[in-house]
Amino acid sequence: MTTTAAMPASVKKPQNVQKEDAMLLQKELINRNYMELATARADNRKVSATFVPGNLNELLMCFDFARSLPETNALQNGLRKKSGKMIMDAERDGQSEDVCTYVKADLGMMMGGEIGPTGDPLPRPDVLLLSYTGCFTFMKWFELIRHKYGCETVMLHVPYQGEGKIAPNMRDYVVKQLKETVIPTLERISGVKFDIDRLRQYMRESEKAEEDLVRVLQSAKNRPSPIDGYFGAVYYIGPIFTAFRGTPEATQFYRVLREEIDQRVREGRGPMTPEGEMTEENYRLVVEGPPNWTSFREFWKMFYDEGAVVVSSTYAKVGGLYDFGFRHDADRPLESLAEYCLGCYTNLNLPSRIDMICRYIDEYQADGLLINSIKSCNSFSAGQLLILREVERRTGKPAAFIETDLVDPRYFSAANVKNRLESYFQMVKQKRAATLAH
Amino acid sequence: MADIPPVLKIVERCQALFDDLDFNAVKQWKAAVPGRKAIGYMPVYVPRELIHAAGMLSVGILGGGDQLEVIQGDAYYQSYICRIPRSTVELGLTGRLDCLDGMLFPSICDVIRNLSGMWQILFKDKYVRYIDVPQNYVDAIGGAFYISELEVLRADLGKLRGTPITDDELNASIRVFNENRAAIRELYAYRAEKPWQAPTSEVYLVLRAGMVLPPEEHTLLVREYLAAADAMPRPKRDNARIVLTGAFCEQPPLGLIKSIEMAGCYIVDDDFMLVTRWLLDEVPADANPLDELSKAFLHRSATTAAKYETTKEEKGVFLLKQVKTRGAEGVIFAAPSFCDPALLERPMLQDVLTKHKVPHTAFKYAENTGQMAPIREQAGTFADSIKLWSAA
Ligand code: SF4
Ligand code: SF4
Repeated sequence: MTTTAAMPASVKKPQNVQKEDAMLLQKELINRNYMELATARADNRKVSATFVPGNLNELLMCFDFARSLPETNALQNGLRKKSGKMIMDAERDGQSEDVCTYVKADLGMMMGGEIGPTGDPLPRPDVLLLSYTGCFTFMKWFELIRHKYGCETVMLHVPYQGEGKIAPNMRDYVVKQLKETVIPTLERISGVKFDIDRLRQYMRESEKAEEDLVRVLQSAKNRPSPIDGYFGAVYYIGPIFTAFRGTPEATQFYRVLREEIDQRVREGRGPMTPEGEMTEENYRLVVEGPPNWTSFREFWKMFYDEGAVVVSSTYAKVGGLYDFGFRHDADRPLESLAEYCLGCYTNLNLPSRIDMICRYIDEYQADGLLINSIKSCNSFSAGQLLILREVERRTGKPAAFIETDLVDPRYFSAANVKNRLESYFQMVKQKRAATLAH
Repeated sequence: MADIPPVLKIVERCQALFDDLDFNAVKQWKAAVPGRKAIGYMPVYVPRELIHAAGMLSVGILGGGDQLEVIQGDAYYQSYICRIPRSTVELGLTGRLDCLDGMLFPSICDVIRNLSGMWQILFKDKYVRYIDVPQNYVDAIGGAFYISELEVLRADLGKLRGTPITDDELNASIRVFNENRAAIRELYAYRAEKPWQAPTSEVYLVLRAGMVLPPEEHTLLVREYLAAADAMPRPKRDNARIVLTGAFCEQPPLGLIKSIEMAGCYIVDDDFMLVTRWLLDEVPADANPLDELSKAFLHRSATTAAKYETTKEEKGVFLLKQVKTRGAEGVIFAAPSFCDPALLERPMLQDVLTKHKVPHTAFKYAENTGQMAPIREQAGTFADSIKLWSAA
């Protein structure tokens, strides 16, 4: 579902050093992780794989694992237009055309040899940490890898917030699993003894980065918004949602990024796009649902060509929901890890998701909601049509619905999406005119 | 009427219950004693003992089947999502589920999980709860969590009826469901032994009746069916004996089950309505009831795609056991279209079967699949190949 993408290559050379620093740093971080994975065997390092929502990066670092995130690998392959073949290979190998394409892209990649999206080797994981947060498919995904490649799996079952809150028994259950199942397994596989102070240290770093990330994402409350909270946010969330949360490098990246964005706010500038700065802000949108990766640039262009900026998105919260106050807390390390997992966006029930979107529309002064419904993803998609109606009813703002897929190029119809978007922008305009007339 | 053999009368009654999309059986049960309440639940498993202990009727909701015209429900779901949530929403929006005072949404997949929140929004005056079950099978970890969840449900249902549920009431209900499970075990054993005497198209309807009848009545019905089925000799055919798997949530149309049988297959085991057979043996009814329900869940329950298997070696063991103990010659994977759990599980199970040289075939269906010819043809070819295989 989630992301580590490198900054768009065609972004115009930034004029100021800070901007350049953030971009270079981000790219360097992402590539460095792929290099770490590529050399893990030679460096005698064990490799872990885990999912983005509820990922326990700080904990995995305590055991010196090199860290792979299969959703990220799938999306990177999608961005590089390699996923189509992988999906078809997995289907030829017996996977149904109906199921999540992230799973199939990953299985297809593994079938094609241990080569990752960057062309470097991507070693078979020594442990699959099944952080079962917000998606049932995760469970089948790792069972499938285990079945085919024999990797050991350790389950971290994160209960769903069915009542819209984290009950104490849910937190206790996750903490117990961490203490009695997950940590002992990771110790055994890595041969490294668990040191809670090391965990605390990483969590302190996480907190600093989270603070800065929130500041960056909330900068979109300004007019014009200095960032795009969906397409642009994909780059911002990359390090913190993946193998870098808890590292000093991530802290540094978010500090630099925050300074850069603060500067943009001071200068009253719009967001960067692959074709340079967006100078005219015509529409402010909230988006629900993951992006499409195989035509990411084309998709984004349909927005910035019209002067549409996404001021906030639910997708930018899949790997951690920080904007309502959660921070990793080194004083209660395991409880805090549990709360982090429990609080990820797709672990929220539908009423909470609706509340959150309505709040974004209000706080970010958005013109309306756009839902990008992903064929692959029941976790996000089942119920989105009700979300759409409820948000429209509660906010009085127009909402629209488009359908694409994450990494299956067969399900991105540029003409359809463009048509839908154009009529949506028309609708927003009419609504605005009608409001002004009253 | 006098000419109709008793077994067919029973089947007729079950068919009428199955066809009744207005849940009149539930309404009648409620009307018989003022103040009675009914609680609906979806697949795959909820601890019905708690509902029973509260003096309420548990009602299995399995979608709308092929007789319900889905109009409003389609406006809630994209085309690439399975059918059961949309037809269930249709049942709700058309008032057919008004007789339910609450609805439970078990932990089975993201679709039903999200439906729990939709229900909270659409039916604000009803009790709605998502029933989380542990994917960790250690008593002190997953068990403790499950018991705490059961306690919430117990307290909620107690509030709904006005008095807390006692341990004695719970133990009494455990006994009632032990009886029901025992009867269903007998039914399944009988069908495996003499599938020509108890065809699955009938067994299925008998099982479905248990979704709307009180368990005591259903236990009697199952036993009556068994006696009546045995009393009426029917011709034995040279059919292939198969296990049907993958149909644990959205149900295939009855016509599909009949088609498989007509194509030359005896279904000798299946995963329809697993709730009736989820707990595999007797739950002790003289101890701490929630502890015992939890232990039964953790250590002695059925396997399905919605349940995590802690090691690779466990994959397929349950299915292989079904094949072996029922004397099956092959497996039919029948999964609802767009059902991630069933369809992602399938390749792993197929691999295990292949390794154990168990023939298998696979197709998808929807609850409203109308065209049976391709399925009949596929099942027929499969049955023929099994027979050739066993003759060779
Ligand atoms: S179903 Fe959705 S959340 Fe789950 S793995 Fe697929 S894309 Fe990610
Ligand atoms: S049919 Fe499958 S995907 Fe649909 S609700 Fe049931 S388990 Fe979920």
